[in-house]
Amino acid sequence: MIGKVLVANRGEIAVRIVRACRRCNVKSVAVYTEPDQGAPHVSLADEAYPLEAASPAQGYLNQTALLAIARASGCDAVHPGYGFLAENAQFASAVEHAGMVWIGPTPQSIDIMGNKQRARELAASLGVPVVPGRTLTACEDVTLVQAATSLGLPVLVKASGGGGGIGMRVVEREDDLLAAIRATRDLASKYFGDAAVYLERFVPSARHIEVQVFGYGDGKAIHLYERDCSIQRRYQKVIEEAPAVDVPQQTLQAMRSAALTLACDQEYRGAGTVEFLYDTETGSFYFLEMNTRIQVEHPVTEMITGLDLVAMQIELAAGKLAAVPQASIKAAGHAIECRVYAERPAKRFLPSTGRLEVFVPPPESADLRVETGYSQNMQVTHFYDPLLAKVIAWGQSRQAAAARMHRALGAFQIRGVETNLGMLRAIVSHEAVLSSAPTTQFLSQHPQVLTA
Amino acid sequence: MSTTRIESEVNARVLRVEVTVGDNVTVDDVLMVLESMKMEIPVQSSVAGRVSAVHAAAGDTVEEGQLLIELSQS
Repeated sequence: MIGKVLVANRGEIAVRIVRACRRCNVKSVAVYTEPDQGAPHVSLADEAYPLEAASPAQGYLNQTALLAIARASGCDAVHPGYGFLAENAQFASAVEHAGMVWIGPTPQSIDIMGNKQRARELAASLGVPVVPGRTLTACEDVTLVQAATSLGLPVLVKASGGGGGIGMRVVEREDDLLAAIRATRDLASKYFGDAAVYLERFVPSARHIEVQVFGYGDGKAIHLYERDCSIQRRYQKVIEEAPAVDVPQQTLQAMRSAALTLACDQEYRGAGTVEFLYDTETGSFYFLEMNTRIQVEHPVTEMITGLDLVAMQIELAAGKLAAVPQASIKAAGHAIECRVYAERPAKRFLPSTGRLEVFVPPPESADLRVETGYSQNMQVTHFYDPLLAKVIAWGQSRQAAAARMHRALGAFQIRGVETNLGMLRAIVSHEAVLSSAPTTQFLSQHPQVLTA
Repeated sequence: MSTTRIESEVNARVLRVEVTVGDNVTVDDVLMVLESMKMEIPVQSSVAGRVSAVHAAAGDTVEEGQLLIELSQS
């Protein structure tokens, strides 16, 4: 049983968790830093407490303060949301040692999947395909070049310890290899304190397809179909949809089965996502990584399945979740999510901060969801990520969902900060997006869309 | 001798300062790295010159339009 949940997060996901707690008849406790005092997650929760921190950027990462608030307010569970401490195995353990329930996978799962190399090895050992690649710590330039050419060009060169696309480059010609490897190695040791370089065969025409899984913690797991998150800018997702269209049914079945193999092997507990790269030229797919948390884009899955993933997480943690038979999970229609960011498309997408003089989201309905952690007059500060809101539209068809999204984005009124609303509208009404499934290269191939 | 003022384009926190007074820099050299909304934003030199003043240190909070670095060109 769970009676009260500490929501160790901010923004739209904190609001989402507070609402799910209410639906599950569980009390919620919010935490906040000084800039978030007036935020919706604070006013909506049953209780709210300030977080002590040297700076607002550190607040939601302050494990000691979070545990102290959880104890003092009588919480018996902690929901970490995504980002911040969601994939911190040490914090998950600390919560469990304090006698509370961690609403997420075991610290062991977080640990294994958090190490990209070990995750890859585990996947490969279970027969799940991985992109041919290798980590090189050797400093011999000749060895590096040989390794790269043996993988086959073009090759992706990246910092082994890095993330978020920092220092990633594609090399097409053997003559350019050495310079690229050297530059990445320098960057890697400077930024990540680890000069290891990772080389991977580059798939020129790829889609990012991920399978939503839900494990019961006992070796059984279900899948909730897949999401297509191919539209990205600088390796960051901009638009997500479900299901993935234009992929052969047997390939989708193989992806789902691979995702379940990974989930079952580690007796995965709760919501997780297994990400794959789908090669549109060969039809092959490869395991990328597994995210051991609820994801930003989970609502598109909820819109097509009718399931409430966050409520399922809470009920599982409370020991009250009745197993959902795989055969009973049906996918209906199509859902699209757009991430509305505070950024300046015309100025290299630099962050945009300021007071939300006007902030009026489009009206919600059964076919349109808006998830936000902001309200009119709130300050958008440089301390946190630029996500202002997520708009999720459902339709019988992909085209119908896109048309509904286009109208919703047009009705979204925001003044005080600049946003990517224009770009999002241009994407969801773009002929190339509507007529076929876009690849991860869509935005770099259609630069005019970026500043629409 | 002319002076070029490098100002911040965003509200941010200074993550690192990559140069000190007296350094020679060329166009596009990274002078400073700012952090805003969880993104690293490099501040690059718009000219070739010598660093004549550094007005922000790692950990400082800077505002859009705030003077960060002055460069002198001969």
